[in-house]
Amino acid sequence: MKIKGNYTIISNRRLTHKTWVMTLGGDTSAITAPGQFVNIEIPGKYLRRPISICDYSHERGEIVLLYDVVGDGTSAMSKMNQGDSVDMLIGLGNGFSLESGAERPLLLGGGIGCAPLLNLARALKRIGKNPIAILGYNNAADSFGMDKWFEEIGVEAYIATVDGSVGTKGFVTDVIREKNINGDYFHACGPMPMLKALCNGLDIPGEVSIESRMGCGFGACMCCSVETRDGSKRICKDGPIFRKEELIWK
Amino acid sequence: MEINKSSLNLSVSLSGVTLQNPVVPASGCFGFGYGMAEFYDIDILGSISFKGTTRDSRFGNPLPRVAECSSGLINSVGLQNPGIDTVIAEELPKMREVFHQPIIANISGFSIDEYVECCEKIDKEEQVAIIELNVSCPNVHGGGMSFGTCCDSVAEVVKEVKKVVTKPLYVKLTPNVTDIVSIGKSAVEAGADGLCLINTLLGMRIDIKTRRPVVANRMGGFSGPAVFPVAVRMVNQVAHSCGVPVIGCGGVSSAADVIEMMMAGATAVEVGAANLVNPYACKEIVENLPKEMERLGINSLSEIIGIV
Repeated sequence: MKIKGNYTIISNRRLTHKTWVMTLGGDTSAITAPGQFVNIEIPGKYLRRPISICDYSHERGEIVLLYDVVGDGTSAMSKMNQGDSVDMLIGLGNGFSLESGAERPLLLGGGIGCAPLLNLARALKRIGKNPIAILGYNNAADSFGMDKWFEEIGVEAYIATVDGSVGTKGFVTDVIREKNINGDYFHACGPMPMLKALCNGLDIPGEVSIESRMGCGFGACMCCSVETRDGSKRICKDGPIFRKEELIWK
Repeated sequence: MEINKSSLNLSVSLSGVTLQNPVVPASGCFGFGYGMAEFYDIDILGSISFKGTTRDSRFGNPLPRVAECSSGLINSVGLQNPGIDTVIAEELPKMREVFHQPIIANISGFSIDEYVECCEKIDKEEQVAIIELNVSCPNVHGGGMSFGTCCDSVAEVVKEVKKVVTKPLYVKLTPNVTDIVSIGKSAVEAGADGLCLINTLLGMRIDIKTRRPVVANRMGGFSGPAVFPVAVRMVNQVAHSCGVPVIGCGGVSSAADVIEMMMAGATAVEVGAANLVNPYACKEIVENLPKEMERLGINSLSEIIGIV
């Protein structure tokens, strides 16, 4: 069940030259799976902005959002202050599957796409799995220290950067090769070229979270449709997570 | 004036079809209703104008299909729908489980044959009370110009569809014309039982960083509160000169907007973009209407239709 409600900003701080982290307090009960997203109302903007949930706690009633400032909407978001009240729709989207049966799932993130993997790691640990996180960035300046957050919850984490300024030089797949990591499933979130490369290049089953400009975020407007092998799907409602064999890469 | 809250009358009548209230989610902003029933009991609505349906299934336009605007949005969904046969076989039964009010069937076509075929099929569906013809799509046999931008093509499609339907036929007019009144009159002379207006205004946004249009289709339909004054003006002109009931549409976001649109001449009011930013928009409007009527000394909504 989705919820529309008011949430209070507990903190909103900058992590890098473009990435911010916002923690909000309120009713989290509509969140049922890692990988779901919120659609946040932004003063002065007509459309809400969909942001994936990085982490949440039903016990504390908290939601953590990581976001890149890329346009007017996210720029306005970065100017919101502690104590401000924001209207959000939460619990949107299908979320990552915890039923792959895999013992050693790979969590593969690209840039801001690393965000939803943190809560996924938590959920996988809870059911006795042994996930490993590999986080890809363009360079050291873009890396927001998320490897430490994974390590804090007991999940091994590696970094790849395109320019090699931190971690392995190259992409997340180079880390898999270099460290000889044997996963039996992958959960990925990041830019489309990365997801395409993973779906085409990794010979283990997996699923990816895809991003799109959205109208409503709850399946009403058809602004974010994608053609899949099972017909047309709405990224916001039927996704944002799709199994690799569902997607058609052109 | 004495107002007795229990005697407030919200019902309206469109060509003999009684709606419990004038609030109708507009086509393309509410799917086939059942998805929105996850948010609230949609049986409180007057009607639902379902997602624009064509003969064949359509995936629609490439992404991105949406652009932010001041007080509104541009969409270029491109009539994505599963096609008339699937709508009848799968969507209407799902709709029937959660919605028991009269339905408005929004039908689109790219040729007169297509309109006729779809309307003939949907006319036989018991749930459907009114057929709403979307004449804003390009006419593939008419050089791609929209049916709704020319008096003759509107008249022709209405005349042909009228031959095969038994239910009230409303024509949804595009505002992208020089004189919407003459188009409305042509539709009525050809047999339209009512008119619905306005569809979206053609608009465009450019991403000044990438130097490309924001939506992949270059342009799209502009809707939202920004277009409300245009809609009120056109509803007012058409309602007072075409002699048939009008469904007002365009930027309606509140109970006060519904009342304004009705004073302009609308018998019922469609709510579009507002649903996309607040899934509870129509519920809130239905709930606020009695309060607004009380505040304004209105006993019955039908008494304010076209008073301006």
